[in-house]
Amino acid sequence: MVIKHKNIFTTESPWSDSGKVLLCLDTGSWRTERPVLDVAKCNYCGLCALYCPPQCMKDMGDHYEVNLAYCKGCGICATECPRKAITMVPEGEFSDGDS
Amino acid sequence: MVTASKGQVRVITGNAVGAYGAMVCRPEVIAAYPITPQSEIAEQLAQFKANGIIDAEYVEVEGENSAMNVVLGASIAGARVFTATSSYGLVFMYDALQEASGFRAPIVMVNANRETPGIHAVSSGQQDMISARDTGWVQIIVENDQEILDQVIMAYRLAEDNDILLPVMVNYDGFYLSYLAEAVEIPQVEDVDAFLSPLKKQPPRQRLVPGLPIGCGTHGIEMGYVEARYKHCQAMERVKNKVDEIDKAFGDYFGRYYGGQIEEYRMDDADIVVISSGSAAGTVKTVVDAKRDEGVKVGLIKLRLFRPFPAERLIEVLKGKKAVGVIDRSVCFGWKYGPICTELKALTADFGPMPVLSYIDGLANLDITVPHIGRVIDEVDAAARGKPYQDVTWIPME
Repeated sequence: MVIKHKNIFTTESPWSDSGKVLLCLDTGSWRTERPVLDVAKCNYCGLCALYCPPQCMKDMGDHYEVNLAYCKGCGICATECPRKAITMVPEGEFSDGDS
Repeated sequence: MVTASKGQVRVITGNAVGAYGAMVCRPEVIAAYPITPQSEIAEQLAQFKANGIIDAEYVEVEGENSAMNVVLGASIAGARVFTATSSYGLVFMYDALQEASGFRAPIVMVNANRETPGIHAVSSGQQDMISARDTGWVQIIVENDQEILDQVIMAYRLAEDNDILLPVMVNYDGFYLSYLAEAVEIPQVEDVDAFLSPLKKQPPRQRLVPGLPIGCGTHGIEMGYVEARYKHCQAMERVKNKVDEIDKAFGDYFGRYYGGQIEEYRMDDADIVVISSGSAAGTVKTVVDAKRDEGVKVGLIKLRLFRPFPAERLIEVLKGKKAVGVIDRSVCFGWKYGPICTELKALTADFGPMPVLSYIDGLANLDITVPHIGRVIDEVDAAARGKPYQDVTWIPME
């Protein structure tokens, strides 16, 4: 058998750099609500990033910011935030075209 | 040649042996849920942990699905892991089995073979492992207590080899071996360390690290998935020779050889062959000896490796033989032969036309007895001489 396929994974197991291979498609387009952070309330504890299922919270040094290309709007970050710093806001209230 | 020092000999049950096998390999994370006839392994490992004999995280879980997912997570974080199950515990982790092999996680699991339908079938039989055939795991069947222990050690050497990286299931007959106490030599932990030391000379395997998001698993679509599957199947092919090599290395060091993929017993000048596996193979050896005394040139192939199926070695040893009988301890729904016989029949074109007789026996705690095996050998012998034969026989039904 002549293999014409060029390997996608460089390792024997299907490991992939999530930034390059996995997180390459905009999968947040069907979100109905987005998390909005009140930076004044945030104490940078990191629980939102820890609990985020697609791991799309970006570490900004003193707070976390959501990457809207991958956020599905599940609201777990808002529920887990001990300081209630995150509010889920319906996408209809935004006009930035991210939704 | 460097050899291992003498181990401690103890008379312990097959289940305890499974726990000792794990203990001497120093797993870092263990998660197991008790199920008849495996419970003693979960208990014994918890006792080892309580007594400080093992330095492992022992995660108490609420079921087998969690057990497999816990050891899977720990394995892809780089830990050496161990779990044990049986019957519908194996069924309950069916999806996790496929996740684990898709992740190419080198998990070692002991499975005490038991019939599968829910809580009702509390009896021995290989149906559980047979039904997990296509989950991508390496499946090995052992015959006695010492072999359980030795095979667990060899399983780590196989699973964690960077050429392989596959989960390995070590199967033994539940009830028969799980509760059978035999004298077993337990190797020194330092000697097991030495035997497993080639694994440490490899580049460390890719693993999950906190703070470094990375993806793994056969989660892709289209070509990413196809590539992962292709590599998985290629690794399965490499398992066969690797099992033989590891068996040789184990025997050279510890003094016990098992034959690798298959054990050949009195096969050299045999005209006819019985294929069997698990604890029944011990009985078959006794009957083969008796039939040899009567002048019947019969040999036994003990199938040790079920997945991948040892096609090449079976073809090699079966070529030129006159007839073969296969004793299966499970059934194939919708295919009249036993499962191992069905697989063997796929090789008929390669090992040459000869009568292949399928026998179903030993289901649900029924013994595969000396008279049963004697009858198998007589019928295979008659078939080899050109007499008509039944292609499938359910021995307990006649």
